[in-house]
Amino acid sequence: MINKKDWSEMINPTVRDIPPSGIRRFFDMVTEIKGVISLGVGEPDFVTPWHIREGCIYSLEKGYTMYTSNQGLLELREAIARDLDVTYGVTYDARRELLITVGVSEALDLAMRALICPGDEVLIPEPSYVSYAPCTMMAGGVPVHIATTVEDSFRLTADRVEAAITPRTKILLLCYPNNPTGAVMTRRDLLAIAEVARKHNLIVISDEIYDKLTYAGEHTCMSSLPGMQDRTILLNGFSKAYAMTGWRVGYAAGNADFIAAMTKIHQYTMLCAPITAQMAALEALRNGREGMKRMVQQYNRRRHLVMQSFRDMGLPCFEPGGAFYAFPEISATGLSSDEFAERLLMEEKVALVPGSAFGPSGEGFVRCSYAASEDDLTEAFRRMDRFVKRYGVKVKTVVNL
Amino acid sequence: MKEILELMELNAKITEQEIAIMLDMEVEEVRKIIKEMEDSKIILRYITLVNWEKVGEEKVSAFIEVRTTPQRDVGFDSVAERIYRFPEVRSARLMSGTYDLAVFIEGRTMREVSNFVATKLATIEGVVSTTTHFVLKTYKQDGVIIEDDEEDRRLVISP
Repeated sequence: MINKKDWSEMINPTVRDIPPSGIRRFFDMVTEIKGVISLGVGEPDFVTPWHIREGCIYSLEKGYTMYTSNQGLLELREAIARDLDVTYGVTYDARRELLITVGVSEALDLAMRALICPGDEVLIPEPSYVSYAPCTMMAGGVPVHIATTVEDSFRLTADRVEAAITPRTKILLLCYPNNPTGAVMTRRDLLAIAEVARKHNLIVISDEIYDKLTYAGEHTCMSSLPGMQDRTILLNGFSKAYAMTGWRVGYAAGNADFIAAMTKIHQYTMLCAPITAQMAALEALRNGREGMKRMVQQYNRRRHLVMQSFRDMGLPCFEPGGAFYAFPEISATGLSSDEFAERLLMEEKVALVPGSAFGPSGEGFVRCSYAASEDDLTEAFRRMDRFVKRYGVKVKTVVNL
Repeated sequence: MKEILELMELNAKITEQEIAIMLDMEVEEVRKIIKEMEDSKIILRYITLVNWEKVGEEKVSAFIEVRTTPQRDVGFDSVAERIYRFPEVRSARLMSGTYDLAVFIEGRTMREVSNFVATKLATIEGVVSTTTHFVLKTYKQDGVIIEDDEEDRRLVISP
């Protein structure tokens, strides 16, 4: 008789040894409790705009229920190419340099699997989205974390990248605006990083899923920098800007060789992204700009609300320039990230995600999503204020001169 | 200014403090602009959208197409004014198309509304004809869906 332990021994050790996501444990805890206001959600609180949903319904009525080409609908690729050209002045050939994927998640996996040889190192700024390191490991690579700090506003600096490079370094992964910190990189910051990438012949995988949600200044697209287009795989999608998380549609843009390699994996493992989602994405690009801008404007207003609330509470929080997260420092409560999140949940029924779930540099912080209604935000902050006062946080008087 | 109006149009109860924070402005400045907009009648009134049905209040409303004879110099304005002065008239608009004025009437009973149309509205000089449509159900008003059951279906925690 084979017992459970024996079965687990049959699992690929790489997969078996990947620790469960820190978010998972917390998720299980939150679902047990009733009446929780959650600011722990990594997706827009808007439902996909009606014209996009309606566009998808229409496509179903017309019978668009078949496979598309492996690379995705050419019309959609052309629309994406146009959008990238208009927004960032980068030109991609829709036929050879673009691939439609099942969300950015798939695009990331494809890029890793297409590029990584066993033992290759991937530089990942940290705190970061929870998938990057596991994706690297499952592709046979070695994740090398680069800590970012609140002193640098959680931006990645060229000297830190330089210091982490070894002869095995092959890829630098970037995600700005950043989840979980909300940090953005200026053009100047990115130019310095680009120089390092060129000098050490690194490939940059740039996950720019939050690009449209940039409030401070303008987003700079990595591939728009001099000499960077060919060595950058640009990942983006529709989830955040058009509130389309559940549709699972994203894309990768890169040089024709990389895209061909990624398409090879995609065609044998995924075949194509669902046509209904691709049709909806096309509608989003054609007619969604105004609606998207309105959503961004609302996020920005809430961002101000959130910043002010943390200030009033006495929790220091650097100003997030993008995405829909704030990343306040909670060490003044004397609690660890995990303890803070857990006790806030138990005592005040507000759910946040402990910063440590995104890597060791996230310790001492929590991720607070402001993709929530203003009413929920206001009530959550009232409860949080009560909570931090109980833990002895005092509001420092700020003297403006 | 437009941004302040957008916020207030969605929620008249929003405080000056909240507006100031959300738009990254000074409270004093917000207060001043709102006052100016009130004085210059950009902001006409703060009203509350009520679902009277839930209170058990019976109300009957009707939409009336009114054809009129426009008059020299004032066009439709003077006949429109004679119509909109009645408190029963909730809204009155000049329309393009096959009739001239679109008038919304609210009353307690069907009889009251019909009576008003027959004795008051139709008899006004310059009114040529009226067509009355009673409202059976309101689904959406002023951008608000009356029975909105779209709830938050997101996972409570996601990366």
